[in-house]
Amino acid sequence: MSNKVFLCGVGGQGTILAAHVLAQTALRCGKHVKVSEIHGMSQRGGAVVTDVVFGDEVASMVCGPGIADIVISFELIEALRNLPMLREGGHLIVSDELIKPASVLTGRNPVPADLVGRLQAAGATIVPARATAVEAGNAKASNMVMLGALSAILNFEEGAWIDTVSAFVPPKTVEANIDAFRAGRAFFAEKGAAL
Amino acid sequence: MELLSGNEAIAQGAWAAGATIGAAYPGTPSTEAMEAFAKLPEVYAGWCVNEKVALEVGVGASAAGARAFVSCKHVGLNVAADPLFTAAYTGVNGGLVMLVADDPGMYSSQNEQDSHYYAAAAHVPMLDPSDSQEAQDMTADAYELSERFDVPVLIRSTVRISHTRTPVEPAERATPPEHPYESDPAKWVMMPAFAKPRRKVQLERIGALEAWVETCPYNQVIEGTSAVGVICSGAVFQHVREALPDASVFKLGVTWPLPKERLRTFAASVDTLYVIEEASTYLHDAVAALGIVVDSTPCSLPRDGELNPSLIRAAFGEAAPAHHMPADDVPARPPALCPGCPHRLVFKELSRLKAIVCGDIGCYTLGALPPLSCMDACVCMGASVSMAHGFELALASKGHRPVVGVIGDSTFAHSGLSSLLSTAYNRGGGTICVLDNRTTAMTGRQGNPFNGTTLQERPSREMDIEGIVASLGIEDVSVVDPNDMQAVRSALKAATSETDTLSVIVFRRPCVLIDRVRSKPYLITSCTGCGVCLTLGCPAIGKHADTGLSYIDMDACIGCGQCAQYCRFNAIEVAE
Ligand SMILES: Cc1ncc(C[n+]2csc(CCOP(=O)(O)OP(=O)(O)O)c2C)c(N)n1
Repeated sequence: MSNKVFLCGVGGQGTILAAHVLAQTALRCGKHVKVSEIHGMSQRGGAVVTDVVFGDEVASMVCGPGIADIVISFELIEALRNLPMLREGGHLIVSDELIKPASVLTGRNPVPADLVGRLQAAGATIVPARATAVEAGNAKASNMVMLGALSAILNFEEGAWIDTVSAFVPPKTVEANIDAFRAGRAFFAEKGAAL
Repeated sequence: MELLSGNEAIAQGAWAAGATIGAAYPGTPSTEAMEAFAKLPEVYAGWCVNEKVALEVGVGASAAGARAFVSCKHVGLNVAADPLFTAAYTGVNGGLVMLVADDPGMYSSQNEQDSHYYAAAAHVPMLDPSDSQEAQDMTADAYELSERFDVPVLIRSTVRISHTRTPVEPAERATPPEHPYESDPAKWVMMPAFAKPRRKVQLERIGALEAWVETCPYNQVIEGTSAVGVICSGAVFQHVREALPDASVFKLGVTWPLPKERLRTFAASVDTLYVIEEASTYLHDAVAALGIVVDSTPCSLPRDGELNPSLIRAAFGEAAPAHHMPADDVPARPPALCPGCPHRLVFKELSRLKAIVCGDIGCYTLGALPPLSCMDACVCMGASVSMAHGFELALASKGHRPVVGVIGDSTFAHSGLSSLLSTAYNRGGGTICVLDNRTTAMTGRQGNPFNGTTLQERPSREMDIEGIVASLGIEDVSVVDPNDMQAVRSALKAATSETDTLSVIVFRRPCVLIDRVRSKPYLITSCTGCGVCLTLGCPAIGKHADTGLSYIDMDACIGCGQCAQYCRFNAIEVAE
């Protein structure tokens, strides 16, 4: 059996770093891991998706519709787009950040109606990622808040997470990132949607 | 154990085998392979201007006795096909291994061709790793194979191999056997008298490779039920293992030549036999050509795009697990030119001119998307200049809109320069815009001859585009700041008003991602809602849904001032 985590967001949100920390933590905890990144257009504001699959044995590196145990989205519209990946009974963790695509910015398309309501109806835990990161002292660490929320679901020890966060974020930002991670973890432990 | 991407693992394998010379041209999903190789100790690694040049550097280094590593994306092998086919006659001295990374699903490419066909057509062995550990080990072994059979070897990966990190035990570096250079024209001078005997050598080698491949451990049978047998390779092998865990699987680690006898034995051991591959019929046709009956899956597999376990299960009639249906009101999120991108105003002005725009490959291809929507064609690297010449020739006797070729600096060096030489030689007309953003932006800002940076930071120099163009006898050459609307407008107007002469405009300003310098952001004070600023397609400019008035996202704005020049009401100002 393997666990499949599907991470999505918009270029520049730090999804790839978060996926990397998750994968390194799983590796450290003795799991086999595969991380597949699609980032070709990420620097130009395009959508970014990363599949992280870990377990005692891992074959395919990608999820398909109804396969992901966890979908974690760093942005609201991307959460709605990738909702089909989530399996029945899986976890959906979504940042409350909204980044409007060009067609919405220029008024050609509206923001999907009742975005948050629809995600909540699908079982989403909405995480105030940026506000939590700001509170923890680093507005840029919202990816670590999301990772912290994710960590509350997975069975890896907190110490392993902290070690990998420390090893993979820029040295000067370690403390702020760990604080953001812990805040996200605490938020989810308290507010996470019970399944 | 380290988590390495397939590209990093391939670089590690080449290094471990003692490769000392690396040559490449960037291209997704192959780029990081040479970038990783360049960081390893005691190697030379460099970006060449294109893939043909890179492979030829590799062939030369191999002839001289070094183990050489070359990498490119699938379409790069089209460019490098000429040396490949004849290097398959000359063979090697030091081992020569080339990574070619395919892009089924076209995440960042203009087509999804299957490189297997090149291996079969050129008669060079091809190895298909299915994860990073194999990518490293196969690449290292490929050098021994290359030297033993006196032939270049191709490593074929795809996005899901090159860009997937899996655990790897990094290999140590070995000292390869010495291959001192000795002059040998009969082996290396491929004129007919010498090529004919080398062709016979090649044919004999095919026989030797076919014998070798029958026992090669990279081809593996994973025994399962005899009811279902599957032949596959690479990333698809992983999807098959997940989708059909009970099936017997023949995993091809070598996809040319095929192990005919082992495949026949495998086929005879199963009741039904399927070949599963992505966006291609290469393996299917090659297996069928062995006289093996290949069954059709109960439901069809897609003929294009990537595979995944779900698609394979569906082909065997298994419904997808319950899931949410895709919502139909989710707006697409296509990539866009960055705020402050120096390419933007050129496209804005070309669309005002109603020019016929022959585009090319790079970030600026995004000028084809709304709201700029300013590109008529884009085919392959360098084609903007030559296609513009073709347009000019075909439209010459008819009244026509101005024809403009638009090409980036790296693409100009890659192959646009030889196209321009040809247009100049044939006295073609039209206007060529070289968008010199001082880097190869699309693939992650690599060096190129016009910015003078090299992969291992060896000293180089910035080549002079205007000087080169002027030396072709093209008189109308100008250099323009693409962030200056008036300058862009008048330069394009002047160049396109003369249709018979060939004009070249170099638009020079660095890509905003190089230094990421930001000036004070702008804001919109007394918007009239005319909407002109929105036609620039800047991701930092939006429109309030309720009032219809524009606003600037001050976090995203880098203060380039492009939009302010277009506001007739002077409503866009620097925020104080
Ligand atoms: C034959 C071939 N090689 C490589 C690529 C990959 N590729 C696409 S765009 C690009 C670089 C474009 O750089 P430049 O022309 O300077 O434009 P920029 O992205 O900087 O605007 C490369 C290497 C390709 N598509 N085709």
